[in-house]
Amino acid sequence: MDTAYSTEDLAFRDEVRGFFDEAYTPELQARLRSPDYKNAIEDWQRKLYDKGWVAPNWPAEFGGTDWTATQKYIYESERSLAGIPNVVPFGLVMVANVIMAYGTDEQKEYFLPRILKSEDWWCQGYSEPGSGSDLASLKTKAERDGDDFIINGAKIWTTYAQYADWIFCLVRTDNSGKKQEGITFILIDMKSEGIKVNPIISIDNHHSLNEVEFNNVRVPAKNVVGEIGKGWTVAKALLAHERTGIAGVADVKRAVRVIKEVAAKEENGGQRLMDDPGFQQRLADIEVELMALEFTELRTLATQAAGGFPGPESSLLKIKGTELQQATQELLMEIAAYYQGVLPVDLDPEALGHEFATEARRNYMYGRAATIYGGSNEVQKNIIAKYVLGLE
Amino acid sequence: MNFDFSEEQQMVRDSIARFVQDDYDWDTRKAIVASDQGMSRDNWQLFAELGWLSIPFAEEHGGFGGNIVDLSVVMEELGKGLVVEPYFPTVVLFGGLIKRAGSEAQQAEWLPRIIGGELLGAFAYVERQSRFALNDCQTNATKSGDGYVLNGEKVVVFNGEQADHLVALARTSGDQSDSDGLSLFVVDAAAAGVDKMSYAMMDGQRVANITFKDVSLSADALLGEEGAALSVVDALTDEAIIALSAEAVGIMGVLNAKTLEYTKTREQFGVAIGSYQALQHRMVDTMMAYEQSKSLLFKALCEYKQDPAMAAETVHALKVLIDRNGKHVFGEAIQMHGGMGMTDELDIGHYAKRLMMINTTFGDATYHRNRYIETAYAA
Repeated sequence: MDTAYSTEDLAFRDEVRGFFDEAYTPELQARLRSPDYKNAIEDWQRKLYDKGWVAPNWPAEFGGTDWTATQKYIYESERSLAGIPNVVPFGLVMVANVIMAYGTDEQKEYFLPRILKSEDWWCQGYSEPGSGSDLASLKTKAERDGDDFIINGAKIWTTYAQYADWIFCLVRTDNSGKKQEGITFILIDMKSEGIKVNPIISIDNHHSLNEVEFNNVRVPAKNVVGEIGKGWTVAKALLAHERTGIAGVADVKRAVRVIKEVAAKEENGGQRLMDDPGFQQRLADIEVELMALEFTELRTLATQAAGGFPGPESSLLKIKGTELQQATQELLMEIAAYYQGVLPVDLDPEALGHEFATEARRNYMYGRAATIYGGSNEVQKNIIAKYVLGLE
Repeated sequence: MNFDFSEEQQMVRDSIARFVQDDYDWDTRKAIVASDQGMSRDNWQLFAELGWLSIPFAEEHGGFGGNIVDLSVVMEELGKGLVVEPYFPTVVLFGGLIKRAGSEAQQAEWLPRIIGGELLGAFAYVERQSRFALNDCQTNATKSGDGYVLNGEKVVVFNGEQADHLVALARTSGDQSDSDGLSLFVVDAAAAGVDKMSYAMMDGQRVANITFKDVSLSADALLGEEGAALSVVDALTDEAIIALSAEAVGIMGVLNAKTLEYTKTREQFGVAIGSYQALQHRMVDTMMAYEQSKSLLFKALCEYKQDPAMAAETVHALKVLIDRNGKHVFGEAIQMHGGMGMTDELDIGHYAKRLMMINTTFGDATYHRNRYIETAYAA
């Protein structure tokens, strides 16, 4: 029972800090907040690649880091401390893990280096208009035609499909058995004929979500990952990865810091909001929960360090992590008071007042999705009830 | 003891509900919000013809002579339709100040124009540094001859973009946060030295930051007694909070009804999601949140109707409960709608955003909990 850093850990921390200081430039930060986001985040990921740090969780043989669990924790904490966004997870975290575990040698050789170098932008084709929490009821059809599959159907809530070069999809190759059977995991080139991307504007007034339609899209059968009809097993493993990524303890810690900074400046009738006992109590409640979650996450990390995919405990991280994310988003938005409602305008933020308010509103509104995506928190509780507690 | 609405109140309720049903469907509202003015002048004329703009004003000025219950009926129904036409800023705030602080002559000048739909008004009271403390006021008016000269800036002025006239809160004496020395002035939005920076809010409202630079005001621009405006504004705030709470109750009712309907029709795992006990209990919780909000609103209405001073404590409590229950109700509405709840296309998120703005207007829960503690637990 010990979490103290060794001398090597401290040296590693200084190295990470030094690199972030130098590489995460103000110019890059500005671009990440601009319409140039896609190129900016790819540039950032390439900087990480050059440093060898873009995929801390990959095995070293594929280009990962071989870090200890403690080093991974240090890296993640420093990343968030510096306010650096996570890498886009669809390629580097999600599909990469699947390809490493289930892919053919050819798939590994082709896709993994491209993912590492951010040459392809990936998106995730899981949910469908009729299949949300009940993912296994998905209907997008893949029919065999020689060496190819012909895909027909639609996927929804596809984040950044408008940027994507590739989509990993769950499709139905067989209708005859149980609904979990007959699902296949397949990689589809977004430039294929018959794909249409329809934007969905979300309640934060932005376009990150999409519906993706497939009309007779021809996909080579060699793009199937794992066995045909065994996609459900692949999908479940991937969802567990998605969930641990969602917990975001380090990012919640940063949000708490931002709240403290902003609340120290905001006054009400001459009293700093940070000195208001009612406000202090709300913030303290969040911090107490957060301290505990940090160690829950560390316990999971330590277990995972022994190898293998994360298990049902990732559901716990997802539930608690998203609840805390939303609590901090709510508090920050409330500090903005009247300004929380201001829509982005081409006005000088200083002329308008309260620069942080627009981002606070966006984060709060989009943050509502966190308890819905990656398997809603209700589904996570079902998973814990069934697989951890043994309740059927 | 009865909590029934009068026949007249029921008629007003029905008339607004019919308007929302027939003339204010979701696509129509969206088009109005996106239009140049962010409101429909035709609708405003219709509101005047139907008498809705006259509700809280005395009969001698052409008003309906309604009380707080009448006003809350209007606000609840407008809330159900997410009506963006500036009823709250014009009738409740601008009109509310004129009827409270205006001389006979001022009431005769302004109220008939509000009632007739000829005038859009606003109340400019928020400043960058003020947050919810209305006494924290840097905008100042200094004596000049018979009149005054106004200087300063107000921010997030509801209906600030379209308002023809404003009531501005300004300091005529004392230091920045003194309770005494505040005064109210009626200002022509087109007067020399008045400058607007307009923008849209997430709930569809058009607002403005308004600066006053050496704006000349005549003596009769002063509304009420010089230096004694804070008590007037505090009284207005109580009525405004009750009105907004009624609107919030209307919105919560709609959100619960829509969400209940969705859980009955959306199927996952081969059954309606509403058949799951875990979700059923949560729908019961949101129903209780709505009923509790309504009950506290009724308490505030009964007290305020008897004597506005009686409602002071309850108004703070009401703001706290509406904030908490509003968040609970819209949070669950979005969550139960899943991805659909996240879309701008569906109305759920828009009802949520209006509740968020109601929560922050005239003080959020953290602020009013403190005020409640000060008022109720005072030694």
